[in-house]
Amino acid sequence: MSTTTTTRERLSRRDQPSRRTLEKGPSGWLAAPALAFFMLFAILPLLGVLFLSFTRWDGLGEIKLDGLSSWNTVLADPVTGNALLVTAKIMFFSFIVQAPISLLLGVFTAASQKYRAALAVLYFVPLLLSSAAVAIAFKALLDPNFGLGPGLGLPFLAQDWLGNSDLVLFVVVFVIAWQFVPFHTLIYQGGVRQIPTSLYEAAQIDGAGRIQQFFNITLPQLKYTMITSSTLMVVGSLAYFDLIFVLTAGGPGYSTRLLPLHMYLTGFKANDMGAASALGVILVVIGLALALFLQRLGGKNRNASQLEGA
Amino acid sequence: MKNLKLRTAGMAVSAAALSIALAACGSSGPAGTGASADSATMWGLTGGDQPVFQASVDSWNKAHPDSAIKLDFFANDAYKTKVRTAVGAGQGPTLVYGWGGGVLKSYVDAGQVDDLTGFLKENPDVQSRYLPSILESGVIDGKTYALPNNKVQPVVLYYNKEVFDKIGAEAPKTWDELMALVPKFKAAGVAPFSLGGQSKWPDLMWLEYLVDRIGGPEVFANIAANKPDAWSDPAVIEALTKIQELVDAGGFINGFSSIAADSNADQALLYTGKAAMILQGSWIYQGMKKDAADFVSSGKLGYTPFPTVEGGKGDPANVVGNPSNFWSVSSKATEEQKKTALEYVKDGMFNDENVQGLIDSGAVPVVTGIEDKLAASPDKDFLTYVYGMAKDAPDFTPSWDQALTPAQGDAMLANLDQIFLKKITPEQFASTMNATIGK
Repeated sequence: MSTTTTTRERLSRRDQPSRRTLEKGPSGWLAAPALAFFMLFAILPLLGVLFLSFTRWDGLGEIKLDGLSSWNTVLADPVTGNALLVTAKIMFFSFIVQAPISLLLGVFTAASQKYRAALAVLYFVPLLLSSAAVAIAFKALLDPNFGLGPGLGLPFLAQDWLGNSDLVLFVVVFVIAWQFVPFHTLIYQGGVRQIPTSLYEAAQIDGAGRIQQFFNITLPQLKYTMITSSTLMVVGSLAYFDLIFVLTAGGPGYSTRLLPLHMYLTGFKANDMGAASALGVILVVIGLALALFLQRLGGKNRNASQLEGA
Repeated sequence: MKNLKLRTAGMAVSAAALSIALAACGSSGPAGTGASADSATMWGLTGGDQPVFQASVDSWNKAHPDSAIKLDFFANDAYKTKVRTAVGAGQGPTLVYGWGGGVLKSYVDAGQVDDLTGFLKENPDVQSRYLPSILESGVIDGKTYALPNNKVQPVVLYYNKEVFDKIGAEAPKTWDELMALVPKFKAAGVAPFSLGGQSKWPDLMWLEYLVDRIGGPEVFANIAANKPDAWSDPAVIEALTKIQELVDAGGFINGFSSIAADSNADQALLYTGKAAMILQGSWIYQGMKKDAADFVSSGKLGYTPFPTVEGGKGDPANVVGNPSNFWSVSSKATEEQKKTALEYVKDGMFNDENVQGLIDSGAVPVVTGIEDKLAASPDKDFLTYVYGMAKDAPDFTPSWDQALTPAQGDAMLANLDQIFLKKITPEQFASTMNATIGK
């Protein structure tokens, strides 16, 4: 944490017009490869998408400039509103489910006992699987006729998990959590391990119990870890695609058709590239706004040291 | 401080933009990646025909090492998305696998596929080998752009004879008989109908047949001709109402909306006896012959025409389905590739080996003069049934999702899904679909 902070300060100082000295840190040219890559693969396509959103294009024929007609189609379509709502729900529930579980697991696996290290390795496994494979596996397990429930003769598990409009959203949230909790656990584990033991020793001398230590030392010290993890969770919800596409294809009906999926289906199934581009622009704007908002939550003095007195 | 914000913002932008960019790149496909970059390419579908296509191309390549063809296979739903994007980007295969209809027309309008009328004139043998009515499906504005490449695919009502015997039932001949069977099968603990609802197009087979039986083929002809308010035809409304009545009665298997037809799970429900009937294309016979050989060969698989509807105008012998699949030749291919492709179409496709291969797989090739071969096949009962069904049909309505424009077809499937889930009424369906006319 501390090394990145100083690097960042040096980088921002570089902008000030002054003489070049060694103190100013590495040359700005170091950023060039990444910047070039970013321009080529992010900014350029983004401008392309922005342009396409003002056109009508079926993906085959001519691209026709058509003013705001794609935007009107998208904004008047009730499915877009529903997709936004589904996205917000998945974002909210994913966060509510994943954040506490991964925080607790992270704290648990950060300690040095052997069995915890072994468990940490096991928890890590889902992260190694591709989303499509996870989705195919869960689709087979949750099948109401050939899945786990009917196979083991357990009526409770034989629900219509993926075909019931009321249930399916939570099933999707569960599968997403199953896949991504390990990743966030890893982030929290790293965060917890960076907390100096001297803080806990001092607290113990003052007579603080484990619970008190958790709430008064671990949690506050993990503030920035939480912001990082939450940003990834929330902004990541805007990018869930492969898993849901394979698991439910957005169905039943529009129950799990979230914004990225709606964009894909509009572009590549209904062949309306203009409207899909408009949806892409909406997606980018929402992603940006959320990322900025979450950074704000960190407070103005984010560069202040958390380790004073340590 | 400011940099951090910018960087995070940038990350978000790139994540979103990249996903768009990746979607575009990912589907441009491996055209021309083969033994040699110049060889002709061909994309086919996984499933029943896959081994037959593979064998045909393999023997072609063996006999013509200088003009080899590179063949790749894709799953049905994924293929439909992939090929369109690839063709749009000029990266499509030399031989484009298709269904004719609205999608073919959009390729023709965009100048992406070659006119094959001249080729047919030069090669009367090719023209004469096809059943004329089926050749017609590859014709747009009087010119042939697509040539049939496999089998006739009428939609058939299959049933499990064993399950029917258990409750002493007969195959339904009318819609009322069909509805009367629903509670009987439910009482016996068997789902009346299997349905691959997640794929959406199996839903459509119900609408296609019901509209035909109630209002005759003119109803869809009006829709296809973009006549205003064609979707509000009383036959469409009645068909949708009947579908919802069947859903209400519990006619479709538990969880039908999460069953994907691409994985053949819908037909598995039939041969495992979990469902009594399924309305599906003739191609699932090939799948069941492979996956449940005993079930098929022991005669437990029954098939019957779609029931009539009382007071309906449609001829009970009318058929819906796919007349065939087709090859079109990509305009973006090199002269060399096109030459190879057309030579294959002429000499490699529907030669004796290929025709026999299709019949052995459990399909009826779209060529003339195969009655003897069909009669000699172990699957002769089903094959002659399908052949007769297609040959004797007063009207063969092609699958609507392929006959309409892609935008209309997609809207129709999405809204029909809503009908099966009872999220919208037939009237809402009609008014939403009327709004797509001309798109």
